[in-house]
Amino acid sequence: MSKYSEHPAVARTVLVKGDTSYEAITEIVHRPAITKPPKWWHIGLSAGITGIALLFSMIGYLLFEGVGVWGLNNPVGWGYAIVNFVFWVGIGHAGTLISAILFLFRQNWRTSINRFAEAMTIFAVICALIFPGIHIGRVWAAHWLFPIPNQMAMWPNFRSPLLWDVFAVSTYFTVSLLFWFVGLVPDLATFRDRAKTKISKFVYGIFSLGWRGSSRHWLHYEKAYLLLAALATPLVLSVHSIVSFDFAVSQVPGWHTTIFPPYFVAGAIFSGFAMVVTLMVVARKLFGLESMITDRHLEIMNMIILATGTMVGYAYAMEFFVAWYSGNVVEQYAFVNRAFGPYWWAYWIMVSCNVISPQLFWFKKIRTTPWLMFVVTIFVNIGMWFERFVITVTSLSRDFLPSSWGYYSPTWVDVMTFVGSFGLFFTLLLLFMKFLPMIAISEIKAVLPHDHADHETNKGGSNE
Amino acid sequence: MSDNQSPLYGVMAAFDSPDSLIFASKSVVKAGYCKFDTYTPFPVHGIEKAMNLKPSPLPWLVLCGGLFGASAGFGLQTWVSIKGYALVISGKPLFSYQAFVPVTFELMILFSAFAAVFGMFAINKLPQFYHPVFTQKCFESVTTDGFFLMIECADPQFDLAAVHQLLEKQGGFNIVDVRDEG
Repeated sequence: MSKYSEHPAVARTVLVKGDTSYEAITEIVHRPAITKPPKWWHIGLSAGITGIALLFSMIGYLLFEGVGVWGLNNPVGWGYAIVNFVFWVGIGHAGTLISAILFLFRQNWRTSINRFAEAMTIFAVICALIFPGIHIGRVWAAHWLFPIPNQMAMWPNFRSPLLWDVFAVSTYFTVSLLFWFVGLVPDLATFRDRAKTKISKFVYGIFSLGWRGSSRHWLHYEKAYLLLAALATPLVLSVHSIVSFDFAVSQVPGWHTTIFPPYFVAGAIFSGFAMVVTLMVVARKLFGLESMITDRHLEIMNMIILATGTMVGYAYAMEFFVAWYSGNVVEQYAFVNRAFGPYWWAYWIMVSCNVISPQLFWFKKIRTTPWLMFVVTIFVNIGMWFERFVITVTSLSRDFLPSSWGYYSPTWVDVMTFVGSFGLFFTLLLLFMKFLPMIAISEIKAVLPHDHADHETNKGGSNE
Repeated sequence: MSDNQSPLYGVMAAFDSPDSLIFASKSVVKAGYCKFDTYTPFPVHGIEKAMNLKPSPLPWLVLCGGLFGASAGFGLQTWVSIKGYALVISGKPLFSYQAFVPVTFELMILFSAFAAVFGMFAINKLPQFYHPVFTQKCFESVTTDGFFLMIECADPQFDLAAVHQLLEKQGGFNIVDVRDEG
């Protein structure tokens, strides 16, 4: 071990602090599954379940009464539902980015956070999928979104970006779920082998598929993981690009811009990382995982937030520049209206939260102090919700004809549905933290700086 | 030790580190055994060379999955647009292949991922809920910190005494006869 710590590259990134024996790592990660959950967990879970009840009663009310209970009007036909959809999908980009892209770039620090971020991704995409589902108005016809042969001989329009979105988001959800599950299998086997009760042994046994750690299996397993990472990387970039096509392919001033795909992707990474940091700061404290999710991990995350936040700020500025440079009066008006029109407050909340607040991460003190970064990332989360609100609502409320301009305000049903979706998200997250390995045990063991035989071919383990 | 009535499956030994397991695998291969396996809590790199394993055929499966997904996706959209439900929308030609790119791409990724995941489980013959190694209590540590090597009696040159001796010589401990109780 000493020869490793002396190496400058390793001294810079100690991935696991404290006791690094295999047994200790397994024990720390497994502890929440066998100990009685603390009080705050029960409080959080009851709050989450209340949120789910709220969400489903709002959906029930919507289905019973119709979309009139929402604040939608003419011309603003896209309101909270789309804003929330894009918000949740954006958050759902961090997990696969961390798992896939950072895996391909051999960023070993990711092993401490990838499992948690992947879980967060899946739960965020579940929340996201609810909104377009209920937004279509006639929910009982939701299956028309998919190309399913039917008695009407009717097929979807494959030239519509909304249809591309159906494929992008459902593929993203499926692939993320598979990626997460493949990563979980060896760790579920760990939980199976350490299970204290018959029921948990049975359940973990079923889901770990009889994994026995055979080297002949690991060979194919690692190849599958690498291939999935290589597949998920273009996928994660494509998904938010396609989400942005929902806007960019239309002709509404303020939407019809070619900068949207990269701008949306940067924004998605930005919001997703912010949510990961928000949750990590709390989770590692509550579960005593500070030795594995170190301040260094959080600092790197914050640097990425700073980088992507700056990209988002650049995109905001570039949108204004292009509107001016295009010489198109309608386009120019759309952007002046964004910053100084009736929704000026939303625009400036967005700018202060997304452009100004991440710049605080230039200060080492702020990006390494947990409570300070928690505050900043909360602002980023708020700002990114407002970004989607600004894009969706300001553009629609004042489109081509001044005679048909309008003003959109959400109703209590809109707001409560959104609040309820957080209940669903946090319930799933709390159940995950209690019952599943929050840290990828087998992966983190492979990056420990001891007991390696073959350093050149050590795909997961070299510290560069 | 387990029930003597059940047939012998193999001889298993524990090792104290990935390094010693790699060295033991090399000697087992050198001694001419081919029906053996090692069991580790995490992927040990370099052991595939020591065990003389062939590279995984999975990339070819994934290529097939991707080609299938892309062609099925493009084919479906083409058929729907020019035959199944031919409608002129916003004056675009029926075969507006540019618009078919996103769905083709997504389905290529989707089917490649299916091939990667289900192909991997199929090659590994998982799920397999019973295996003779699970009859050993000590094998529970394989998912925490246990490193095991087992020579199976299906190997043509299997000889109980010789195998015991070889594993012992390589530094194996807790050497046990694993019986198939299934």
